[in-house]
Amino acid sequence: MLAYDFMRHAFLAATIVGVLAGAVGWFLVLRGQTFAGHALGHVGFTGATGAVLIGIAPLWGLVGITMLGGIAMGLLGERAGERDVAIGVVLAFALGLGLLFLHFYTAYASEAMALLFGNVLGVSAWMLRVLAGLGLAALAALALIARPLLAASLQPELAEARGVDPRLVGVLFLAIAAVAIAESAEIVGVLLVFALLVGPAAAAQRLTPRIGAGVALAAALAVAESWGGLAAAYYTDWPVTFWIAAFSAVGYLAAGLVGRTAGL
Amino acid sequence: MSAVCFDRVRLALGTRTVLDDVSFAIADTEFVGVLGPNGAGKTTIMRAILGLLAPRAGHIAVLGQPARRGNPALGYMPQARRERGLHLRGWDFVAAAGTAAWGLPWRGKAERAAVDRALDLVDATALARRPLAALSGGERQRLLLAQALLGEPKLLLLDEPLISLDPHRQAEVVALVRDVQRRLGIAVLFSAHEVNPLLGAMDRVLYLGAGQVALGPVAEVITGPVLSRLYDTPIEVLELRGRLFVMSGTQDMERTPHPHAQGGHGNGREVQHARL
Repeated sequence: MLAYDFMRHAFLAATIVGVLAGAVGWFLVLRGQTFAGHALGHVGFTGATGAVLIGIAPLWGLVGITMLGGIAMGLLGERAGERDVAIGVVLAFALGLGLLFLHFYTAYASEAMALLFGNVLGVSAWMLRVLAGLGLAALAALALIARPLLAASLQPELAEARGVDPRLVGVLFLAIAAVAIAESAEIVGVLLVFALLVGPAAAAQRLTPRIGAGVALAAALAVAESWGGLAAAYYTDWPVTFWIAAFSAVGYLAAGLVGRTAGL
Repeated sequence: MSAVCFDRVRLALGTRTVLDDVSFAIADTEFVGVLGPNGAGKTTIMRAILGLLAPRAGHIAVLGQPARRGNPALGYMPQARRERGLHLRGWDFVAAAGTAAWGLPWRGKAERAAVDRALDLVDATALARRPLAALSGGERQRLLLAQALLGEPKLLLLDEPLISLDPHRQAEVVALVRDVQRRLGIAVLFSAHEVNPLLGAMDRVLYLGAGQVALGPVAEVITGPVLSRLYDTPIEVLELRGRLFVMSGTQDMERTPHPHAQGGHGNGREVQHARL
């Protein structure tokens, strides 16, 4: 299986993205922002198709637009009730716009499929370097803001009194999340970023009440589920993304059973 | 040195004046109950002391220095209770929300010892091994108090710690805070919308109403004449078996739900009159 270049690239890409998506996802779930994460994936679709239309690599459009979207969502703030509605409206418009860009760029329907459902088997050496560079930068940024982010997520008023600006932290976090979402979209596609971002993180939160262990476990689960997906796809010839999504769901359900028997 | 000193302070939220031309001083080892109906400005006064709300006029000194945001000498327990991170262990919750400096997230030995010490002060070491979801309201309250005690504050601001606790748990929380306050020799501002749970514990009471405050011993402040002057309307204080009831006409002021609670609309004085 690892004799092929594309499989080695796929495993490496899945490792990089799994670590980032798992760690970022843990905070996304803690903050109750999973829907925002889902929406950012859709916004990324517009960015990617737009990038194709003007002739640059879709990844740049994906990263650029998700980051802008994340920052905008962070600035809009926390009024939860309106937020879901506003995000939903933007999400639908973004997908529609993405469709329009595809309409103008009719050459490859496969391009759209790759964006929507991922293309981990098509990761080039160049792409691998970009994923690694962006991924490491995002992880480093997440580590640097981890403390204020935790404080602002758990007790915003207290964090504010201790000198943290909850809104600034929220914006920075969504910008980091945007990178994780864009990278996840390269692996499993914009429609299924939940499989890497939310599934492993939610499972980890059912399995451990500790913060450090939870983040590490979420990353490990995301990597393991991606590897499992690649291996299963290799032997069955079914799509990788299907398998990753399936393992993500099974992992979440199994974590519920294990967590309950362990009394968590 | 005073823990808190207000000098002719005016506080406002938007166009609504909450406190007008208010002066008082709280000593550095005092337990002061902050009382008054909902919307009277209990939270606002604490936010001003924390430096989160600048006075429109006058000066606020905290431990001898101008009020400023991020003052490490202050411990704060906010009123809003979040339902986030319920799967987290108490220890992690206290440590995570208590420290907020930028930088790498690893906790050094000194920091872990500080968390252990704060938990020990409120007798929550055993509780802190369990996830928040498995704790009762009173038990979570103890963790929040531990969080406020991180960093060895000289002044604790506790915003409605008794809310949604039954009377037995309320008495426990008050006794615990009083004990910690005496042992550490610090000042405490403890807000509540009912006076009785605090009666045996507090040194003085800061009563807020209609934009003004009255500070003094309970026997001197929670009286008909003082509160009537504060609200500019006839108020009676009844004592029954060691408990106090603040009555306006036939209404118990501390128990009547406030229609404009924290709505932030209109003038504070008008809101009071509308209720009374």
